Amino acid sequence: MTTSFIEIAYFASSLLFILGLCGLRSPQSARRGIRLAEGGMLIAVGATLWHPDFVRYDWIVVATVVGGAIGIAMALFIPMTKMPERIALSHAFGGLAAALVGVSEYSRHAGALENVKMAAVGFEVMLGALTFSGSLLAFGKLQGMISELPITHRFQNPANIFIFAATLAAIIYLIANPAQQAIFYGVLGSSFLLGFLVVLPIGGADMPVVISLLNSYAGLAAAATGLALSNSVLIVCGALDGASGFFLSIVMSRAMNRSFASILFGAFGGERKNGNPAARAVRKSLTGATIGDALVLLDNARSVIVVPGYGMAAAHAQHAVREFADLLEQRGVSVKYAIHPVAGRMPGHMNVLLAEANVAYDRLYDIDAINDEFAHADVALVVGANDVINPAAKNDPNSPIYGMPILNAEAARAVLVLKRGMNPGFAKIENELFVRPNTLMLFGDAKETLTELARKLREQR
Amino acid sequence: MTEYVLWLYIFVLAAFVGYQVISGVPPLLHTPLMSATNAISGISLVGSLVTAGADYNFTSTLLGIVAVSCATINVVGGFLITDRMLKMFKKSAEPRS
Repeated sequence: MTTSFIEIAYFASSLLFILGLCGLRSPQSARRGIRLAEGGMLIAVGATLWHPDFVRYDWIVVATVVGGAIGIAMALFIPMTKMPERIALSHAFGGLAAALVGVSEYSRHAGALENVKMAAVGFEVMLGALTFSGSLLAFGKLQGMISELPITHRFQNPANIFIFAATLAAIIYLIANPAQQAIFYGVLGSSFLLGFLVVLPIGGADMPVVISLLNSYAGLAAAATGLALSNSVLIVCGALDGASGFFLSIVMSRAMNRSFASILFGAFGGERKNGNPAARAVRKSLTGATIGDALVLLDNARSVIVVPGYGMAAAHAQHAVREFADLLEQRGVSVKYAIHPVAGRMPGHMNVLLAEANVAYDRLYDIDAINDEFAHADVALVVGANDVINPAAKNDPNSPIYGMPILNAEAARAVLVLKRGMNPGFAKIENELFVRPNTLMLFGDAKETLTELARKLREQR
Repeated sequence: MTEYVLWLYIFVLAAFVGYQVISGVPPLLHTPLMSATNAISGISLVGSLVTAGADYNFTSTLLGIVAVSCATINVVGGFLITDRMLKMFKKSAEPRS
């Protein structure tokens, strides 16, 4: 009786989760969708407490209070610029939870698991451990605790493939001989190692893809947990999470014109010194423009398209961008925002930052929606973006980003670039747009530069 | 065995439905999407709760407790921060040209 009650509750909450995700298809219905999903979660957790196996609640209360407090603190105090870090951490927690439940399932049955169960537990532990260590490393890279540059060595790919194959082989062996505890803990250890090794060669510019991939692994780990525990709602949610990670990975790699394989095995940015030699030569002699030059340029502008990039997040410049855009609008200038799918360190990073700064979402345009408008724009204002506007993606077949769809900022009458310094940026690719005659480079902290520009604009009136 | 085939059905169908639904989410909401699915997959709380509360043995209980904490962080934190983000998305006050 209780079991069927729990199953019906799980069915209801699965439906609520799917309906909740449907809500996310438009910003108007998104919050309602999240309410539905929260309801689904309450029902599922509530029903689980009736599970016949339950005998004690004391430790559960402690664990949920501790976890809840950490969760609330993280949700309330983490600044929006740190969203990629938060997401990476939560993937790590999800992976860890899955791995621990898997180890517990294995150890309490002392290895006496039937084939399918053993396979589920094996994959659960592998995916969970791999997601945990990979996400922790991604977090470290995003935080700057570990170099964001790709770390590569000669035998990287063969070594990773070997470890992956060995782990799979060990799981298959375990299905036939589930009592081999040493092999089981070997799978656990090698999966941890694999997570580190796979993320190690991946550079910061590829983070959006990696975070999406880890999202999908976390989902698959949850689905495997569901299979191991014969729990329907876990399987459904794992599948949903896996599908969303898979979808986002596809969107991200398409936006970079790269295949999954090349991201996992390619160490983007390792050997990227080629670029355009002419551009490098000119760069040496290039000096930055002054605030005055920029003001003259903006004085005659009727339409401005803002192109934000990771630099905007790094400088926490989103509010300064918005204040500056407000001043321009008061002068009758039309301001739009062009968002590249891989700008920033995770999918949708720029949209969230600009929304935080109170930019209405109907002013944010996707690459396809805005690219034709650059030709009619007076100024493309580039705030800390680089690769996503690099014309080399169109013109230079030798460039590592050749073929990547870019924002057509070069078509604007003038390009105003706010940039920290003249070094070629994270990806180490030269950008010839920066040395074109109709480009003005304003070096320095984007936030300070924008605040200064805004002050001067106010004085002019 | 048939039981496991049923689980497989559920997984594959849910993945298809999920993919169809999620491919309709605009790039604008990709970050909230990720944090929402993250919160939802914190449903592994359901599994860890049983592990922690069933008193199978000391190791299981201990692992279960850590897993419950991790999953609760994701559920509580994930839903809160998704809502915090979605609250920020606003439309223009009046239509501008």
